[in-house]
Amino acid sequence: MLSPKSKPSYGVIVVPDRITKKDYDTVVIGGGPAGLAAALKAREKGLETLVVETRDRLGGIPLQCIHPGFGIHYFKEDMTGPEFVYRFIDKLLSTDIDYTVKSYVNMAEYVSPMEKKLEIITPYGTEIVRTKTIIYAAGARERTRYEIGITGPNPAGIMTAGEAQTLMDMYGVMPGKKILIVGSGDVGLIMARRFVLEGAEVVGVVEILPYPSGLIRNVQQCLKDYGIPLLLSHMVISVKQRNGRVSSAVVVKVDENFKPIQGTENEIECDTIVIAAGLKPRTKLLESLGAQIDPRTKGPVVNEYFETTIPGVFAAGNALIINDYVDYAVEQGELAALAATKYVDEKGIRIKKPVKIVLGRNMRLIVPQMLTLTSDALFYGRVARPEDNVWLSFKEIGFKIPQLKVLPSIMIRQKIRLDKLRMLETDTLTVEVIPRD
Amino acid sequence: MYRTIIIGAGITGLSIARWLTRYRGLQVIVIDKEPDVGWGVTKANTSIIHPCHEEHPDKHPLRSKLCLEGHNLWYKWVKELEIPAKWPGEIIVATNDEELKGLHKYIDYAYRIGVPGVRLIDRGEMLRLEPWINPDAIGGLYAPTAGTINPMMAAIAIAENIVDNGGKLLLGTRVEDIVVRDGKVVAVETSKGGIEADIVVNAAGLYADKISRMAGIDDYSIHPRRGQYLLFSDRVDVKPNKILHTAPTPKTKGVYAITTVDGNLLIGPTAEDLPEEAREENTTTHQGLDFIYEMASRILRKLPPRNKVVKTFAGLRPEPSTGTFIIRFHEKPWGFVEAAGIRSPGLTAAPAIGKHVSKLIIERLENIEPRKDWRSKRQAIPRPAYMAPRERDKLIRENPDYGWIICVCRKVSLGEIMEAVKRMKKIGVPEITLDGIKFRTHSMYGDCQGSQCRPHIAYLLWKRLGIQPWRITTKGDGSKYAFTEVKALLRGDRGA
Ligand SMILES: Cc1cc2nc3c(=O)[nH]c(=O)nc-3n(C[C@H](O)[C@H](O)[C@H](O)COP(=O)(O)OP(=O)(O)OC[C@H]3O[C@@H](n4cnc5c(N)ncnc54)[C@H](O)[C@@H]3O)c2cc1C
Ligand SMILES: Cc1cc2nc3c(=O)[nH]c(=O)nc-3n(C[C@H](O)[C@H](O)[C@H](O)COP(=O)(O)OP(=O)(O)OC[C@H]3O[C@@H](n4cnc5c(N)ncnc54)[C@H](O)[C@@H]3O)c2cc1C
Repeated sequence: MLSPKSKPSYGVIVVPDRITKKDYDTVVIGGGPAGLAAALKAREKGLETLVVETRDRLGGIPLQCIHPGFGIHYFKEDMTGPEFVYRFIDKLLSTDIDYTVKSYVNMAEYVSPMEKKLEIITPYGTEIVRTKTIIYAAGARERTRYEIGITGPNPAGIMTAGEAQTLMDMYGVMPGKKILIVGSGDVGLIMARRFVLEGAEVVGVVEILPYPSGLIRNVQQCLKDYGIPLLLSHMVISVKQRNGRVSSAVVVKVDENFKPIQGTENEIECDTIVIAAGLKPRTKLLESLGAQIDPRTKGPVVNEYFETTIPGVFAAGNALIINDYVDYAVEQGELAALAATKYVDEKGIRIKKPVKIVLGRNMRLIVPQMLTLTSDALFYGRVARPEDNVWLSFKEIGFKIPQLKVLPSIMIRQKIRLDKLRMLETDTLTVEVIPRD
Repeated sequence: MYRTIIIGAGITGLSIARWLTRYRGLQVIVIDKEPDVGWGVTKANTSIIHPCHEEHPDKHPLRSKLCLEGHNLWYKWVKELEIPAKWPGEIIVATNDEELKGLHKYIDYAYRIGVPGVRLIDRGEMLRLEPWINPDAIGGLYAPTAGTINPMMAAIAIAENIVDNGGKLLLGTRVEDIVVRDGKVVAVETSKGGIEADIVVNAAGLYADKISRMAGIDDYSIHPRRGQYLLFSDRVDVKPNKILHTAPTPKTKGVYAITTVDGNLLIGPTAEDLPEEAREENTTTHQGLDFIYEMASRILRKLPPRNKVVKTFAGLRPEPSTGTFIIRFHEKPWGFVEAAGIRSPGLTAAPAIGKHVSKLIIERLENIEPRKDWRSKRQAIPRPAYMAPRERDKLIRENPDYGWIICVCRKVSLGEIMEAVKRMKKIGVPEITLDGIKFRTHSMYGDCQGSQCRPHIAYLLWKRLGIQPWRITTKGDGSKYAFTEVKALLRGDRGA
């Protein structure tokens, strides 16, 4: 664990680039929380490590998150995004871990179990490096208006929450004055408050579900405290424009199958529509390597080492599964680094018995999707619909954990020890949510 | 020196201008109301270079001739100007006997127009040629010469070539009137003042009828026919190699499914007749998009899910009341030329329309001679991510900006963005727009539609060139990207 007392040095732009070798034990792709944590852990375990980051600085998404809510689990402290991530950056700068920013992994090639070749484009030319393992921690991107079916013209003023946040909190630019927010997850809620605090008017938060998908605490502190209307069971179906900028959103009520109800269309005036409708893991490079993608998580299929279907290629953070908390991304990064260490030491990860994880009742998605049965397993999953008073059950091993409440918006995290898993007699393990009566 | 003013910097006006720059004794000026080239009809269409076997040789003799001639010129133009293009051929897919029967006439048209290779193919051959075709289809018509280009890249390339050859663009300039004296055009009045002219060419797309009326010509009108599209991610597996489309109807060439030169599955368009005044209604609707999806599923084995859409958009066809291209040199007023009603296959025909119109002009002027120093070539902006490492490194050594990939969806470097800005200035754009950068570099053009790179691009333009993010627009006019600085609203300053 890192010292919680290390002084944050945020604001310092990290410039010098160091690719000092042609061969590494692990190359970490992505310099966000998952990647930084992975690199630190890998180095601690003695691996020759390189971090590759496309942006001009290390840190990833938390750099633009100036609100608190980071590090509650990991540091047992409530910090802003930059404070949180600079603990890792400062630590990294004090090590001999190689890193390079403004650098893009253009191509990855699987040569053999102990050799992967990467082509990296950097401002000082193309670098070809070889590595035994890859930890892919390239984060996620946000869903766009087109992916959530908003029709109409294509004017300026429709942007994702992350874009708005980058403009405001990294570059000091105010993207709008009269804002409509789509999506009531924590990101949408936090952005609503952020806009109000900067003097903008937030005309509403539109949510397709019948309940807000963010934390109750955030609904209170970000909306209710500021009198921002929350429109549940509503969706934005199209937009209107004036002079090339958004002038209003057409909002409609939806039925229980999320189908628009005729005649309930309502036009809400705004100059900006902020889409906070969820994230999608970035998987381009993994796909080019031939890794299998899970249509549910939209990230790679992995085993309990977070190893993808390509041997020696691991995934962590939002590139693996969309996390609620940065702490989980960090945790996955560290676990992936330990796995990469094992891979390097033992020349691969052996499978004792291949097990497939099956989604049972009310489970929407889960990682890992498969097991080798050689280690404890940490499961992260989401349910399909809210339910009270249930068991989270791992059916074939007869393991059940009581849950007071499950929500799609709250990730389930459950560790299962190897001795329990070893009781498995089948080659599938079903994870399900069942009523507790 | 004759001054020729071309109204409209779409593919038609630009093609005409490119031909005219080949002559000594002419000054060529292209005017457009938009702050960049190609932002009218040229921006949103199916992008097909048609084989031209679907034109009726008797009903539209000029159109079918220009279509084929234009098609053949494009092979040369895409090479000279480094325009992204490919020539995979096309199949009209019939799903029932009636549709199949309807295809026979195109073999006759093809024969009479001179389109090579057009023939009927049976189901087996069709599925071998294109495994993505729906196996329920019963047969089709194959036209091996069909191609597709990136129309915006084409407009931009031609514009650069025009300026390189001494032509001039006046962008962000609206033509408001045409001055006729003694039966001759003598000037145009614009939002930025009057400009004298000897020849005025009307290539104003959707607004061509209004321009003609300014010159006293009032024998046709134009109404918009909308076409909506769904564009899918370049990472979906559905990638037909051939250009596919449903059997044509009297109104359109049917719904197409193509893999664009940029690697995206594009399906569309609809054909919706809109009222005459709806010339800016390039908006999508749920009905329209559902219709396309349904039609495309008839000809494709499988469609990607709707949430793999990266963009939806609509274009408006400038449908002339006469039903055909209106291309003429007026004696009254002398010097007024029209290239109006350039509906489909206007993109295909453009180079030939340019040639034809320039001929109409040249043959009426004196002392006009071909230039020996005319430059046929234009170079595309280099794309380091797609180059061999050695070539790329040479570029990066000269300019390290080419080594920093800013847009990860389309792998676009900062160097490309800066080069685009330089080129925009060179052709005389009145302002740098985000869409202008998008169309030139394809940053902000991929899966995330710019949500990741756009703020960084805006920031870099600010730091490098001093263009503040609240001064930059997406597409000119009121389409501002941002309003003001953070904290300004709290100070009571409502921004721009
Ligand atoms: C608006 C918002 C608010 C949030 N609020 C909170 C909160 O209050 N509390 C909390 O705990 N969490 C919060 N989160 C979640 C948290 O930020 C994420 O869980 C965390 O950042 C994920 O870390 P990561 O390392 O997986 O991804 P990222 O932080 O996205 O880092 C990935 C990095 O990889 C780089 N990269 C991508 N592709 C490549 C490539 N090909 N080559 C090289 N580099 C590449 C990217 O530039 C990026 O820097 C919030 C997220 C958002 C969007
Ligand atoms: C849905 C659809 C699908 C199509 N598919 C194909 C296809 O696959 N293949 C094909 O060959 N063709 C196709 N076409 C046709 C083709 O796109 C058009 O024929 C072609 O783009 C017309 O170009 P243009 O230059 O004539 O018009 P435009 O591109 O509209 O150019 C006219 C310009 O004039 C400017 N202008 C107007 N009024 C003024 C004024 N007062 N002052 C200054 N400037 C003014 C406008 O801003 C505009 O830029 C399609 C068209 C549509 C809409």
